[in-house]
Amino acid sequence: MRQFSHVMEKELKDYFVTPIAYIVITIFLIVTGWFFFSTFFLYNQANLRSFFTLLPLIFSFVVPAIAMRLFAEELSRGSYELLRTMPLTFSDIILGKFLAGLLMTAALLVPTIAYPISIAFLGQLDWGPVVGGYFGALLLGGAFTAIGLFSSAITHNQIVAFIVGAAICFTLTLISKMLYFFPESVLDILQYLGADFHFSNISKGIIDSRDLIYFFSVIVVALYGTYLVLLQKK
Amino acid sequence: MIHVDNLTKFYDHFCAVDRISLDIHKGEILGLLGPNGAGKTTTLKMLTGYFRPSSGTIEIEDLNIDDHPLEIKQMIGYLPESSPFYKDLLVYDYLNYVAKIRSIPPRERQPRVKDLSELCGLGHVMHKSIGELSKGLNQRVGLAHAMMRDPEILILDEPTQGLDPNQIMEIRNIIRKIGEEKTVIFSTHILSEAEATCDRIVIINRGRIVADGKTEILKQSAGQPSITINLTLANAAFDDVRKVLKPIEGIEAIESVHPQPDETGHDGSKTDARLFLRLTCRSDADRREAIYQQIKATDWILLEFSQQAQTLETIFHDLTRQANKEN
Repeated sequence: MRQFSHVMEKELKDYFVTPIAYIVITIFLIVTGWFFFSTFFLYNQANLRSFFTLLPLIFSFVVPAIAMRLFAEELSRGSYELLRTMPLTFSDIILGKFLAGLLMTAALLVPTIAYPISIAFLGQLDWGPVVGGYFGALLLGGAFTAIGLFSSAITHNQIVAFIVGAAICFTLTLISKMLYFFPESVLDILQYLGADFHFSNISKGIIDSRDLIYFFSVIVVALYGTYLVLLQKK
Repeated sequence: MIHVDNLTKFYDHFCAVDRISLDIHKGEILGLLGPNGAGKTTTLKMLTGYFRPSSGTIEIEDLNIDDHPLEIKQMIGYLPESSPFYKDLLVYDYLNYVAKIRSIPPRERQPRVKDLSELCGLGHVMHKSIGELSKGLNQRVGLAHAMMRDPEILILDEPTQGLDPNQIMEIRNIIRKIGEEKTVIFSTHILSEAEATCDRIVIINRGRIVADGKTEILKQSAGQPSITINLTLANAAFDDVRKVLKPIEGIEAIESVHPQPDETGHDGSKTDARLFLRLTCRSDADRREAIYQQIKATDWILLEFSQQAQTLETIFHDLTRQANKEN
């Protein structure tokens, strides 16, 4: 069962030997940095709230972009065949790729730790929501990576994979903000489906089992869906 | 060692492989031969466990491929048709990665990768990324990939495709070397290649096996109904020759063939006296002795006497054409 770590290692290496990782990280930092600091001094509050408020929206584009190549590239190039003829199980492959995508997402977040550190010098920073926010960001990143992995498995085309993945993630992010369009009877369900809703809970520093269960179930469902898609490719 | 029973594969309604049954023994080099689209690649992909058969079973070392996919994948080294690799990785990194997945212990990885790079002639490109390599070098990376864990079974899909003649020779030598101990199955549509490398040839056409046997036996048995003998005589007239040779039993036709223009030689006068003949004999017995005895009794000068060899080319051609006609 150590096999998945080899797959993960290779996928991570792939991110960093090609320009992908650096480009994605740079774009992510510019976008978040701009949105965050452009209003930061206006509000004059020592917290990261506006950073974490924006994060789901930014992640719903950036994370599928990270995940889009994981399967689509192998499928279009044919190297998927090599992968499947080596002694690897489906779970080795899926788990390895998922963790690589998640670690890459985590690598995006690492440089942003400079924000809370610099803010801590400017004012009284409450570290609780910050830690909660980063923890939530990892869960959110995990859920979106799993969705991106799924959409990457259904097509040979990376662009299609990105669009499908981003569309799903974007919907999950926005759905809890669009509730006034829907009849009252489905409001609770739709709100529960919203990734943004659960993430905002955690990023306030409240760790609730319902939010954890939400993120873990999205990950499990998406990874299982990936497995089912791959099973069809025989 | 490998037991294939009634293997069938449908792509939607198209039947790519139709009830193939095969027994492959340890240490055999088996060439899977057939025209394009005959089902070679599909068969190989099913053997590696990449495709699932529509029906039929594959057993390798008494393990069913459905029940023990991992054990079987450990045993098999596979080179796919177009050697699709991760273009961004260095050759060294890639081979290292394969070594890890093939569970080669950390200490042995380095020496193993080094051995393979020597065997496959990759030493000078280990630090290049795979995308930069030529087709031939790519193919060698594939071969190194396939042989990483010294597999019991090596499955190669058109291993010499796109290589130059020197590289083809090298790859053939490697295959033959491995085939001394291991089982090698490879597909090709180049007949001379199969002839040069294989112990056994299986010809498939339209998803079915049309011939299966040792290379030598195939060449003898699957023959045409007649044998052609070429004769070149000097100091002889065609009519005389016909009179002398015709009585020999089994000779069906004697024709005079005009020499090719470029065979006329430098002094045209001499060749005028030569007689080029083609004899068609029934293939039930060897007539060469009788023919020679007859010629010896005359004062003709025998310049050339050869039996047209039955090549795999003709066998292949006949078999695949026959099958196509029947359908």
